[in-house]
Amino acid sequence: METKGTTANIQKPEKLVITSSPHVHNRESVTKIMWIVNLTLLPAAIFSVINFGLPALITMLLCIAGSVACEAAIQHWRKVKVTVSDGSAVLTGLLLAMCLPAGIAWYIPLIASVAAIGIAKQTMGGLGHNVFNPAHIGRAFVMASYPVAMTTWAVSRLGNSADFSGAISRVASFDVVTGATPLGILKQQGYQALVDSFGGQAAMYKALFIGNTGGSLGETSAILLILGGLVLIIKKYIKWQVPLVMIGTVALFTWIFGGRVDGKLVYFTGDPLLHILSGGLIIGAFFMATDMVTTPLTTRGQILFAFGCGLITVLIRLYGGYPEGVCYSILLMNAVTPLIDRYVFPKKFGSLPEPVTRS
Amino acid sequence: MLRRRRKIKGGVHPRYEKKSTKNKKIAFPPLPEKLFVPILQHIGQPSVPVVKAGDEVKKGQLIAESADGRGAPVHSPTSGKVTEIGDYPHPLYGKSPCVVIESDGLDQWQEGLLTDRSWEVLSVSEMIDIIFKNGIVGMGGAAFPTHIKLSPPKDKKIDTLIVNAAECEPYLTSDYRTMIEYADDVIKGALIVMKILGAQKGYIGIETNKPKAISIMKEKCKGKRIEVVELATKYPQGAEKMMIKAILNKEVPSGRLPMDVGCVVQNVGSLKAVADAVEKNIPLIERVVTVAGHTVKKPVNVMAKVGTPFARLFEFCGGFERANDKVIMGGPMMGVAQVSLDAVVVKATSGIVSIADNESDLKEELACIRCGRCIDVCTMRLLPNVLSILSEKGQHQTAQTDYNLMDCVECGCCYYVCPSRRNIVHYIRQSKAKNAMLRNAIKTGSK
Repeated sequence: METKGTTANIQKPEKLVITSSPHVHNRESVTKIMWIVNLTLLPAAIFSVINFGLPALITMLLCIAGSVACEAAIQHWRKVKVTVSDGSAVLTGLLLAMCLPAGIAWYIPLIASVAAIGIAKQTMGGLGHNVFNPAHIGRAFVMASYPVAMTTWAVSRLGNSADFSGAISRVASFDVVTGATPLGILKQQGYQALVDSFGGQAAMYKALFIGNTGGSLGETSAILLILGGLVLIIKKYIKWQVPLVMIGTVALFTWIFGGRVDGKLVYFTGDPLLHILSGGLIIGAFFMATDMVTTPLTTRGQILFAFGCGLITVLIRLYGGYPEGVCYSILLMNAVTPLIDRYVFPKKFGSLPEPVTRS
Repeated sequence: MLRRRRKIKGGVHPRYEKKSTKNKKIAFPPLPEKLFVPILQHIGQPSVPVVKAGDEVKKGQLIAESADGRGAPVHSPTSGKVTEIGDYPHPLYGKSPCVVIESDGLDQWQEGLLTDRSWEVLSVSEMIDIIFKNGIVGMGGAAFPTHIKLSPPKDKKIDTLIVNAAECEPYLTSDYRTMIEYADDVIKGALIVMKILGAQKGYIGIETNKPKAISIMKEKCKGKRIEVVELATKYPQGAEKMMIKAILNKEVPSGRLPMDVGCVVQNVGSLKAVADAVEKNIPLIERVVTVAGHTVKKPVNVMAKVGTPFARLFEFCGGFERANDKVIMGGPMMGVAQVSLDAVVVKATSGIVSIADNESDLKEELACIRCGRCIDVCTMRLLPNVLSILSEKGQHQTAQTDYNLMDCVECGCCYYVCPSRRNIVHYIRQSKAKNAMLRNAIKTGSK
């Protein structure tokens, strides 16, 4: 660089970088966010392996490998930068595995991964452009294709009793013993049968909270999922309003409309706690309904979204054909997201009427 | 009682980095041998030089006058000889015409300056004329001529003066040091401006991270019609509209000016300049400049003459400790990256900051992941991510008609929090520029 007129004898920088302002950043990045979300899911994922044994681990690895390979292959064909290291494909794979039953035939997780990454994410243009939650698209795809396999749930290997002797050998086993999920029993046999299957109401809540029940990988341990979700809230990666509103909506409506005596609806006698702790509500509310890409932009929009998710979940659980409805409720609300964004946005600064001054 | 919100909605908390300079006295660097005084100090018509190569000038002598009376004249910062009028690097406008003055080392004032008069005996029109003739501009960054700001249209009644002492930009401490070392001048300037505007009430808005300035100002304001308001430490608290919102809880309507809600906002530095001009007849030829950054050896605030090359100030501060990535005029949130260290101090230079590469942390830009953080931090309550996407797609008109493009104040909070590293502010500037070009094309086409 030529210096005209100045004779400053300082060590000149070799080059000066020119960019538009601002010149500092909080150093947050998409990659960091994705890996931290992965990390917060890890405790629940590890618990699912303990709960369902090695088949759960295999399902998980198949989903992650399938998602990452699919993303890399498509990005390679599209001749764009391969971005599997950003953790988003891993996250999709992990979330997808959490929606599947353990011990499912090996090809189903792979097909689900291709549907999730190939159809839901990459055809839309990759990260940031997808309309629907990829993991849930993957699950819905195989749910429609393999309904029997998808509803054959492994039972918990930890069992309902406090008897953990031989638990390790049970966990390490590849055999899968199947049974019904709590919500499945509720749907088919009713509330009393469900409570009886646990041997009492308190035992049922405890089992659901800790997670030694049947279900898909991520439908079990409420406590670990909530802990992971709390970390995300503290890190401000998700907003606390979303899980609160979604879970609150489910609790409210199942309490009002969930109670039946002799097959007849009796208002305000439902069991909201059962509905909160069972099924995919916790993972859905903390990890799926808070997905940045497929949910509304503004906090108000996200609250509306969460309310819609909760409402549709209750409708499906109480009146629909499936015992569980979190996956479809989130997918349906994903479809409404652009509409919410169109009508829910902040009023710009300076468009308010003169403030009222109190004297 | 008027309920006041001291805190703005939105905004960010960047690392403030003010420690390195805030407790050091303002230093006086040696006189540079050559000064390159740009005749263009603010947006609008450049001033017209009234000297030519070979002329002898004295310190404070007029060297360029306003062409239309709406700009601010420029004065010689020292005594010496004009060697040429030519194009040299300007920190904001690329190469622009400068009056080059070779210092004679005497730093001799022109006669008739350094008067000692009391502002209380001067009339309003006299004072506005003095402020105009001494080339006073807003020293917060925009360099808007002060005499224009102080002459609002007759139908706008101004009842409040707000002194902007927030200094919310990281690194900068020039206003802070001015308040501590020239407290009386700042208050005097505020009283002068209040008299000119006919304002009954004055407020000084200071962020809570400057307790010393708050206590000094509170002490000095005793018995005067000026109140010190403590503001939450948050960027961009010092943005004019945010300042008014925090102090008066009034929102300046979209597309309007502070005078539409009955107030005028002045920067601390400008008020000191006003006091100097009105009482001592000293033109604006030097200002407090923060020279800081992690790569600078001895960061300090300096009293720098307009036209001093940045290289000389860095030299005064011991040069650079290690390689730097960027040199910025202003703060790192809204400042302008410099092409060359030959750029010079202008009236709007509040600081020059060198940024290390680990601070700027430049990374590849990704697609928007719709996290909505930019919306949460946008103090103007816009949808920055949508604006950036529209700009990317070339839909600049839609951005303006449907998404309030023109309301953006370019504070940069959206980029600061964007995990996809999208330079949203740059996209918005692009849209604004494209729309301006289109407007001009339509205007010239219809003629």
